[in-house]
Amino acid sequence: MNSITERAVRILLVEDNLGDIRLTKEVFKTSKLLNQIDTVTDGEEAINYLKKNGKYENNKTPDLILLDLNLPKKDGREVLAEIKTDINLRKIPTVILTISKAEEDIIKAYNLYANCYITKPIDLEQFNKVIKSIEEFWFTIVKLPSD
Amino acid sequence: MFTKSILLVEDNPDDEALALRAFGSSNFPHPLRVVHDGKEAIDYLLCTGGFSNRNPNEMPALIMLDLKLPKVAGLKVLQVVRTHERTKMVPVVILTSSKEEKDVLNAYSLGANSYIRKPIRFEDFVDTIKEIGKYWLRFNELPQNLG
Repeated sequence: MNSITERAVRILLVEDNLGDIRLTKEVFKTSKLLNQIDTVTDGEEAINYLKKNGKYENNKTPDLILLDLNLPKKDGREVLAEIKTDINLRKIPTVILTISKAEEDIIKAYNLYANCYITKPIDLEQFNKVIKSIEEFWFTIVKLPSD
Repeated sequence: MFTKSILLVEDNPDDEALALRAFGSSNFPHPLRVVHDGKEAIDYLLCTGGFSNRNPNEMPALIMLDLKLPKVAGLKVLQVVRTHERTKMVPVVILTSSKEEKDVLNAYSLGANSYIRKPIRFEDFVDTIKEIGKYWLRFNELPQNLG
């Protein structure tokens, strides 16, 4: 077992908006904790990554997942349902990160055992603040499960 | 109007006093309610036993749950919360002094939203309580019917 404190925190970012990917990575670069962000841009790739299918065979399991809801190929809600019903994956904290503020999306996400639900502000400064809050909370306050 | 409350499940009087102080010194307009064992927590949330007269529509916006509790263990409380329709969406933050990796894994697998180790230093404990409040009540979106 390798403790998270001795290695980079592994994050899987599931996001199809290239601008949001770039901004999110920028914020995590400023983190005090060493981290590595892998990005996939659709829901099918996310599942392949997590289940270590095909080219992801030698992948390590991420410590934290940032998941958008509206994704190509496989919807984020379906990805979340698959994560939280898989005995090996369900322990991974999964943060929903979306522009949707729809009550039905919030309810559905919690019913599927999302760990939290964060809406992405459109304003750049606010966006950075929200991503920073995720980084601070999950990196410095929370104990993530080790592998 | 009903203000979102936070439910603290804590049997250690010192930690309870610290949490109350931390909440008192932050600017959160949320009342902190405290129950002292696992059975009381379940009764409070399901409006049974000594809480049968409580309004079942007034759900806490957040539960801060210790693991080592008298009568009913914290992980069992978590399990009950996640299986009841009325409580399954309420975010549960585990706040414990346990350093057991199996507690971390079990808590996340049973649907804890996050797992936090109680800091030992007073200042750190207060900061942690404040950060939990800030993250869950300011940045995180909750279903409207909670609280």
